[in-house]
This record gives sequence, structure tokens and C-alpha cells, in this order.
Amino acid sequence: MHVEEKMTVEKWPASPEKQTLEAKNKFLGFWFFLGGETVLFASLFATYLALKDSVPRSDMYLAKDLFEIPLVFVMTMILLTSSLTSVYAMYHMKNFDFKKMQIWLGITVVLGLCFLGLEIYEFNHYVHEFGHTFTSSAFGSAFYTLVGFHGAHVAFGLLWITTLMIRNSKRGLNLYNAPKFYVASLYWHFIDVVWVFIFTVVYLMGMVG
Amino acid sequence: MTNEQLNSGNPRVDIEYRRKKNAEEMRHQVISFALMIFLTLIAFVAVAYEEFSGWFVVPFILLLAGVQVIFQLFYFMHMSHKGHEAPKLFMYAGMVVAFVTILCYTTIIWW
Repeated sequence: MHVEEKMTVEKWPASPEKQTLEAKNKFLGFWFFLGGETVLFASLFATYLALKDSVPRSDMYLAKDLFEIPLVFVMTMILLTSSLTSVYAMYHMKNFDFKKMQIWLGITVVLGLCFLGLEIYEFNHYVHEFGHTFTSSAFGSAFYTLVGFHGAHVAFGLLWITTLMIRNSKRGLNLYNAPKFYVASLYWHFIDVVWVFIFTVVYLMGMVG
Repeated sequence: MTNEQLNSGNPRVDIEYRRKKNAEEMRHQVISFALMIFLTLIAFVAVAYEEFSGWFVVPFILLLAGVQVIFQLFYFMHMSHKGHEAPKLFMYAGMVVAFVTILCYTTIIWW
């Protein structure tokens, strides 16, 4: 099968994301990148754990004073649900249903935007209500670097998925863009993997003390 | 859960078969999602309850996070499917380095 070939339901292969050589390389290369991202986030987690609650003055706020369960819970549910909606998108991709795939990707993007909006609100709240900024303490630097880096990943993921949706809106599905959609959805799941550790290690463990 | 599909030579039969396979897999995905939500709820409740000591809650919620990540990697990201030997190698290698880095930072840095 050729990359540019016009596809039909009958011709659509079982694993369209790994059909061409380019797709196979993309798949392998992307997983290699995710292995690297694991290490990168681990170093940020390690720094955070080492510097947690390291503040220069005793009147400054610590993790247990800052974090609140309801906001983190809502953010977690939103991101977790967006992971499922991107699974739905890939389900329709495998069934050669371009329209439904686009709809589910659209829902994923909306949920991602909600998450990002809440994170911006959260940071703004810490800065203005608690004086907890990037430069106020080692704790602040480590916190904003870790959580902010994850937020930047969310923002990048949103841009990526939106770009793919717009660029391919008139093209429909083929063996050229199926791997692109697949890899973007892998990235989105990875963002959720990192968030699972952030809400556990940073927020929940922070509230325990 | 394998994703290897055979061709019968008849395209219509293949499509029917594949759709069924995909629908079945999607059902499994929804079940893993429900389990992930459940694990998240337990973790939040364990912390919100405030009666348990940190010595119990911290390892407990870390364990829940670990299980949830396994669901993400193996089901949502299809690492349980065939043809994921190299991704497994990359991720396991990454996890080893991740573990050593975190161990190092949390044990030798104490200020």
C-alpha cells in the first residue's frame, strides 16, 4: 500500500499507524522520546522531593498550607477523562471514521483547555494569596518547574492535536496522517501518566505533610 | 489482548471481524478507565479522611499511582499489544534511571 493512496473502508489496514516504513520509524522514535521524557520528569520530581518545604523564613507557606483537595481533584478528573476521549478518537481512527475521530479529538482539546485554565487559576492564586512564587523559595522554584513543565506539555499537546486536526480536516484519513494522529494520542496519554504522579507526589503527599 | 488480525481474503468479512475486535477492545478500555477513576477516588479519600498516619497513606497512594500508570501504559497506550518490545525496553530503561535519580535525591540530600 502506498502512503498517498486514497483509502476506503475495505482497504484500511488493521494497524494503520504502523503500515509504512515512515510510520514504523515514527512509532519507534516516539517511544524512545517517551523513555527520555520519563528520565527528564524523574529529575524534576527528584529535585522537588529534595527541596519540598525548603523556605528561607518560618512565616512562609508550606505545601500543606497551599494545596486544597477540590481543585486538584477536578483537574485530575478532567485530565483522566481527556485520556479516555483520545482513546475513543483512536478507536474511530482504526475503524476509518474520520469525522468521529475529529469530534473525539475536539472533546480532548476542550478538556485539555479546561485543565490548563484551572492550572493558570491555581498558580495565580498561589502567587497573589500566598506569595508563593518562582523566586520566593527553593520550594517555589522546584514546584513551579515541575508542575509548570507538565503544564507546558499540556499546552504543547493541545497545539499539536489542534494543528493536526486543522491541517488534515479536508484530507481525511490515510496512511500518511494516521501515524501522526496515533503518536499525538500517545503523547497525550503520557501527559496523563505524569499527572498521576504529580497529583500523588506533589498534591496528595503534600497535604499529608 | 492481541491486535493481530488475519485476512480471510474476503474484505467484507475482514471488516466485520475487525470492527468486532475493535469494539471489544474499546470495552476493555472503558473498564480500565472506570478502574483508574476508582483508584484515584480511593487515593483522594485516603488523604481527605485525615485519620490515617502518613506512614500508611504515602506508600498506599504511591502504590495506587503505580497501578494506575500500568493501566495507562498497557491499555490506553497499547503496550500490552504485540510489536511493543522496543517501547517496553525504552520505558523500562527510563524507569530504572528515574528510580535511581529519585532514590539518590531523596536519600543523600537532606538539607
